[in-house]
Amino acid sequence: MHEQGFPLAGLAFGILAAVVIIAALGVISARNPVHSVLFLILTFFTSAGLLVIIGAEFLAMLLIVVYVGAVAVLFLFVVMMLDVDFVELKQGFLNYLPMAGLVSIALIAEILLVSAAASDALPDDFDPKPGAQTNAEAIGKVLYTDNLLLFQISGLVLLVAMIGAIVLTLRQRPGVRRQSISAQTGRRRVDAIEMKNPEKGQGI
Amino acid sequence: MDVGLSHYLAVSAALFTIGVAGIFVNRKNIIVILMAIELILLSVNINLVAFSVYHGDISGQVFAMLVLTVAAAEAAVGLAILVTFFRNRGNIAVEDVNMMHG
Repeated sequence: MHEQGFPLAGLAFGILAAVVIIAALGVISARNPVHSVLFLILTFFTSAGLLVIIGAEFLAMLLIVVYVGAVAVLFLFVVMMLDVDFVELKQGFLNYLPMAGLVSIALIAEILLVSAAASDALPDDFDPKPGAQTNAEAIGKVLYTDNLLLFQISGLVLLVAMIGAIVLTLRQRPGVRRQSISAQTGRRRVDAIEMKNPEKGQGI
Repeated sequence: MDVGLSHYLAVSAALFTIGVAGIFVNRKNIIVILMAIELILLSVNINLVAFSVYHGDISGQVFAMLVLTVAAAEAAVGLAILVTFFRNRGNIAVEDVNMMHG
């Protein structure tokens, strides 16, 4: 870690880590789903800060752009669009709490055990980057050469997801008048105009 | 305080656990379940980046980008399914989702 360059790293990490965990708890326990989404945005934003501390700036910015800019706003739109009785959905929260607590305690004990063992076997300090290139430059150098296939596959995943989302939510409503261009341009004079020769003093 | 690998692993472990607990306690509200899945994927990303920086190998960050892509795609498709479900049923209670029950 760059202690000399950034002496506040420890303090910043502590504050950001606390905010991440409190915001994540807010996501799962907020009564109103809009508050959940806002807590989710706070979690992502703070995690981006955590990534900046260890020098992964590009991914931090990507996290803000993708998650806060796209995913969280998507959630916000869906939450506000659907007219759902959220109070009813919140019932049963306390029923599941003991089970969730049990599983959580087991899970975090296991993960922390493994983490402690890992950092016991390895030196804990981060390896300061020797090169002078920036984080984005380093990612770009491997992303477009060694991992080109993965890059293109991820583009394909996004394309399929986009088409899937459109197909799922598209619906044809009856009774909506739409423009039919082929019918418009295929119209000829004989279809449209009819000659009448009415009698004098009468209408058609 | 020196910030080390174990600190990042601890934060990531806490996030992962909160995400799993969120799936448990919000059994009825599928929107919050989707958000909890996003939390889990975020913790995976933090882990990947921490190990990437620790080992000085940038591949971990490339992989984290792929996880980010999949998370975005998953959120889009999941919410589209949710909107379709809401249109058909008028609510989003996932406990009585058994339309495809044979």
